[in-house]
Amino acid sequence: MFSRNEIIETINMIRQENLDIRTITMGISLRDCASESVERATGRIYDKICRFAEKLVKTGEDIEREFGIPIINKRIAVTPIALVAESSNTNDYTPFARALDRAAANVGVNFIGGYSALVHKGYTRGDRLLVESIPEALAITERVCSSVNVATTKAGINMDAILDMGRIIKECAEKTKDQGGFGCAKLVVFANAPEDNPFMAGAFHGIGEPECVINVGVSGPGVVASAVRALGDADFGTLAETVKRTAFKITRVGQLVAQEAAARLNVPFGIVDLSLAPTPAIGDSVARILEEMGLERCGAHGTTAALALLNDAVKKGGVMASSQVGGLSGAFIPVSEDAGMIEAVNAGALHLEKLEAMTCVCSVGLDMIAIPGDTPASTISAIIADEVAIGVVNQKTTAVRIIPAPGKKEGDIVTFGGLFGSAPVMAVNPFSAERFVKRGGRIPAPLQSLKN
Amino acid sequence: MKAVITVLGQDRIGIIAAVTGILAEENVNILDISQTIMQNIFTMIMLVDLSKMKCDIAQLNERLGKAAAQLGVEIRLQREEIFTSMHRI
Repeated sequence: MFSRNEIIETINMIRQENLDIRTITMGISLRDCASESVERATGRIYDKICRFAEKLVKTGEDIEREFGIPIINKRIAVTPIALVAESSNTNDYTPFARALDRAAANVGVNFIGGYSALVHKGYTRGDRLLVESIPEALAITERVCSSVNVATTKAGINMDAILDMGRIIKECAEKTKDQGGFGCAKLVVFANAPEDNPFMAGAFHGIGEPECVINVGVSGPGVVASAVRALGDADFGTLAETVKRTAFKITRVGQLVAQEAAARLNVPFGIVDLSLAPTPAIGDSVARILEEMGLERCGAHGTTAALALLNDAVKKGGVMASSQVGGLSGAFIPVSEDAGMIEAVNAGALHLEKLEAMTCVCSVGLDMIAIPGDTPASTISAIIADEVAIGVVNQKTTAVRIIPAPGKKEGDIVTFGGLFGSAPVMAVNPFSAERFVKRGGRIPAPLQSLKN
Repeated sequence: MKAVITVLGQDRIGIIAAVTGILAEENVNILDISQTIMQNIFTMIMLVDLSKMKCDIAQLNERLGKAAAQLGVEIRLQREEIFTSMHRI
């Protein structure tokens, strides 16, 4: 039997501190769905997703009920569609997006990831068609998420692709301008994209993955914030130790849910993603943890150090708690999805430059950041290039999910609703990088020795 | 299969009777029970065995949920493994 305190601790984590499983994501390979005929390929895609994920939502709900732990999202990640669609005789890939959207609706998941291309070294014909179709695909579908990997530590940085993505992001915003440019919230530009990430919008089922797999993303910034608050002014060793212990407990629940879901669905268990994923709900904020550590506001000097401690301790605790760890695994710092981050921006404490610095020590990158609608495409490309360079040089995943909110200027608010929250429009550096980003070609892979 | 039932809320007469009544009707065996008042909140924790239960876990949850609404308390039924995984290595 457990002690009363243990039981109450668990219940309070769920009841008061927003402990939840953020997502159970089923990865499904679509490699066997390719066909010269678009109709046949999209038919196979639809059928396969519906067949494999038929019981995903119900299984998630059953586990939620039996264990009394909220499971917020059930989602699907598929093989990057550029790889699947490439064999088809068409120049229009939007039917693939529609097939994914219909399949997601049919099985009842709110997002499906994998309208993706991996172009870190260059484009194939299919990659090119897919990337060009992203703005249309995200505008005409509701549930489809897209990602493009433009760089890796081994291959370097594809600056041609980054130049394109600046323009694609602008087009995405324009095509969804009546929703504040929401299309951009479903599009992630990656460096070193993980193949087993369960989190949207960047999830896809990588080419090294099995036929079908279950990956789970945990959450729980509120739990960590409470534990840090209870410490008062304890020293850094105690602080790190407390975060580790808390992360261990959170991740053990993720491991339990992942194994249970995998067993019930008769699908291999892939990984647990050790992420602190905030939501706009009060008390579910990563920024608040940093503030509990003693920063007046997230974004103050010291924020990068605080985040480095947090991120490292979360990983150390989490790794011990799970048999397989993967995905993004780190604290997320999306602006619009974190009440503390939004407040910090509004208070003038947090700027794009500080966010960029923070991404050096945590996952995942510049996430859910609204910028003025008239930001030039070349400036967006340059923002992506900066962020991607951090990932490539530091051998980590970085990403950019940025929204040039149509018609909005610095200080305005864009509201997306639900888990996407609302984003204050942040200032970008007004000086041009156009000549730089238009040079063309690739930035070579960085030296991995002589480190300093 | 074992589960932990917790009841949290304002103390009043008949909480234990209502909950244990449902458990008896559904053939759920109570292995351990403790009750206390923590910070003015009535807190009851029960370890139960569901292996001979007549209904399924969803139905039991529903019945307990109805009782919770009537009594004005929170009742949670959670499989034991969530506590084991969090607090035992």
